[in-house]
Amino acid sequence: MKGLKLNKNVKDNLITYGIVIIAYVIMQIMINTGHISSLLQGLLVPLCVYVILAVSLNLTVGILGELSLGHAGFMCVGAFAGAFFSRYMEDVIEVSLLRFVIAIIIGAISAGIVGFLIGMPVLRLRGDYLAIVTLAFGEIIKNIINVLYVGKDSSGIHFSMKDSMSLGLTEDGDVIINGAQGITGTPKDATFTIGIVLIIITLVVVLNLIHSRDGRAIMSIRDNLIAAESIGINITKYKLMAFSISAALAGMAGVLYSHNLSSLMATPKNFGYNMSIMILVFVVLGGIGNIRGSIISAVILTLLPELLRGLSNYRMLIYSVILIVMMLFNWSPKLINLRKKYSLRRLFKKTGEVR
Amino acid sequence: MKKKVVSLLLAASLVTAMLSGCGNSGSSDAGTESAGTEEEADDAQQTQTDASNAEEGSDETPAEGSGETYKIGAIGPATGGAAVYGIAVQNGADLAIKEINEAGGINGSMIEYNFQDDECDNEKSVNAYNTLKDWGMQILVGSTTSGCSIAVSAESANDNLFQLTPSGSSVDCIKNDNVFQVCFTDPNQGVGAAQYIGSNGVAEKVAVIYDSSDVYSSGIYEKFAGEAANQPFEIVSSEAFTADNKTDFSVQLQKAKDAGAELIFLPIYYTEASLILTQANAMGYEPEFFGCDGLDGILNVENFDTALAEGVMLLTPFAADAEDEATKSFVSAYEAAYGDTPNQFAADAYDAVYIIKAAIEQSGAAPTDSASDICDKLKAAMTEISVDGLTGEAMSWEAGGAVNKAPKAMEIVDGNYSLIQ
Repeated sequence: MKGLKLNKNVKDNLITYGIVIIAYVIMQIMINTGHISSLLQGLLVPLCVYVILAVSLNLTVGILGELSLGHAGFMCVGAFAGAFFSRYMEDVIEVSLLRFVIAIIIGAISAGIVGFLIGMPVLRLRGDYLAIVTLAFGEIIKNIINVLYVGKDSSGIHFSMKDSMSLGLTEDGDVIINGAQGITGTPKDATFTIGIVLIIITLVVVLNLIHSRDGRAIMSIRDNLIAAESIGINITKYKLMAFSISAALAGMAGVLYSHNLSSLMATPKNFGYNMSIMILVFVVLGGIGNIRGSIISAVILTLLPELLRGLSNYRMLIYSVILIVMMLFNWSPKLINLRKKYSLRRLFKKTGEVR
Repeated sequence: MKKKVVSLLLAASLVTAMLSGCGNSGSSDAGTESAGTEEEADDAQQTQTDASNAEEGSDETPAEGSGETYKIGAIGPATGGAAVYGIAVQNGADLAIKEINEAGGINGSMIEYNFQDDECDNEKSVNAYNTLKDWGMQILVGSTTSGCSIAVSAESANDNLFQLTPSGSSVDCIKNDNVFQVCFTDPNQGVGAAQYIGSNGVAEKVAVIYDSSDVYSSGIYEKFAGEAANQPFEIVSSEAFTADNKTDFSVQLQKAKDAGAELIFLPIYYTEASLILTQANAMGYEPEFFGCDGLDGILNVENFDTALAEGVMLLTPFAADAEDEATKSFVSAYEAAYGDTPNQFAADAYDAVYIIKAAIEQSGAAPTDSASDICDKLKAAMTEISVDGLTGEAMSWEAGGAVNKAPKAMEIVDGNYSLIQ
């Protein structure tokens, strides 16, 4: 019985990896044969970003069972940390791949540390406090970055929270983070291949965590906190572990995001509350706790507004309507019954294990 | 079990969405206002599906259609908080293109036009750019906002596609040599405003209220403050607000009042400025107000007592109430077509299209040329031309991309803009 279950897990994980790899191979073939529109080609890296974000948030929401409304904030930390490093080291490290890999590591670590610091006091509490605190964190980090001025010149790094003039840079100085104007001129190091590699890394981390001893401990906290505590599970430790890993992965996605665009600004649009909710929507629509679902829904919901461009002014309206319809289709009890009745498996006469 | 069915269905819908998306990209020129006959759309769809390569598509499509056309794309926020600016650019460029097409096009060739929404988001702006590239765009009028322009200019420089931003005012927008500006750069406006206040002795104690979360506003403020050191006035208070709290300005106003400021410099957009004027009036504080081109439009804010704006000075290249012939005919045509008074963004976009026309005529770039060839020709032509437009007379460009034109100082008198001089 135990061996059978293990096999099922392995099989399930392999399907998830398989989907990603097959998607990558198909896209590569399409790129190499020129059968791809510039729009889709330009969307490939953002798709990777959102998939990583959705999978990493699913770790907090689905596996740990805590609601986090500040995922875009962690992405923001990673994006700025990574982009700052790349801009600072642009002339020092010439090999773009090496620089980018270091930037990713720096972005992930800094977001992870921030996640750890936030989680430390909050995850000791019971209730919805994490949602409240992360919501505030997302707003705070955006505003802090908007008043942050950092520049470099021959004498080192200059730092100010007033304006770029008070940095006191010499003639050859270069303002790297220019307050609300953010970071411009980040090298465009992000590629689809690196994006896919990062997705695979994210999946390996998350899936292995879920099926490990630690993962089972985390899920037992989600399912019954008192029972978990009674058998000696260190609740705060496991909560912090899951939350920090989730934040670090979001930071990684942020680095990928910032190296895909030449200008990076912390606006309410890209790192605000709406973005956090958007990532949460990916997770909820894909199925809370369902990693593969997160991947698929992140891809669909990112592609959809772009594919609806033909509808010009009505596109955001239609997008919202489709979102509502998809939500109902997935989770309305009546429709779930209806789907079971007319499911594909029924049609193919494979009854027997209908749940 | 259930999850498998769900994921299967989702995967199926994904595949269909992607397939239909590929087919759609050709016929998505819903914004096309001219010459886009049905046959052409069909042709475009075919070429798009077998060779979505943008450059090839743009070469083949016009040749098979009814005539050779220039394909001009535009990008701006048509939805979301900054939609006013994007829609103004959309309409302004549209109006100019219709006029040119009615008058016989550029060197006898019509212009096709396609506008894409970017929601004022850098990432979406690049998506919009790629959509336009799939459509076969040869020349870009955009993006409307600075941040988006910077993001798009990295892409257009990569493709060597000519880009003329109507209103992206940051200096970083024109860092690449294929990008030119219609509006003033932020430093230009900030320095210009400081010099104007200083040399005309408008005030000795100046307060500044600016939006620290906005590139445009903080960009102007920095240069203003830098230049103020060389001018005979003093900045006694500089207070910031952000996009998240832009409804109550009593703290900032109180500080300015306590510091004894005679003039408040507002390098911000008109919506917030109208609130500042109202709140200053409510607390009985009556300094002079001085703004930049973002204040244009303040007289059209709903429920705003325009008497409060009396005496407000602003540096703007365009005012809808100006008395010259070109502005009058533009405003009346715009109002007739879109039922709205044009603002500076519409005028910038309108000028942008005529600038492109002048540059094409100067360089002799043909619509059958590839986007990259057109870009090379236009880049050279831009430094040679001089255009009289709505937003300035005898506008000329350096190879760097910044525009040379004289700023106009306006004052609001009797509910109308009038030129100070």
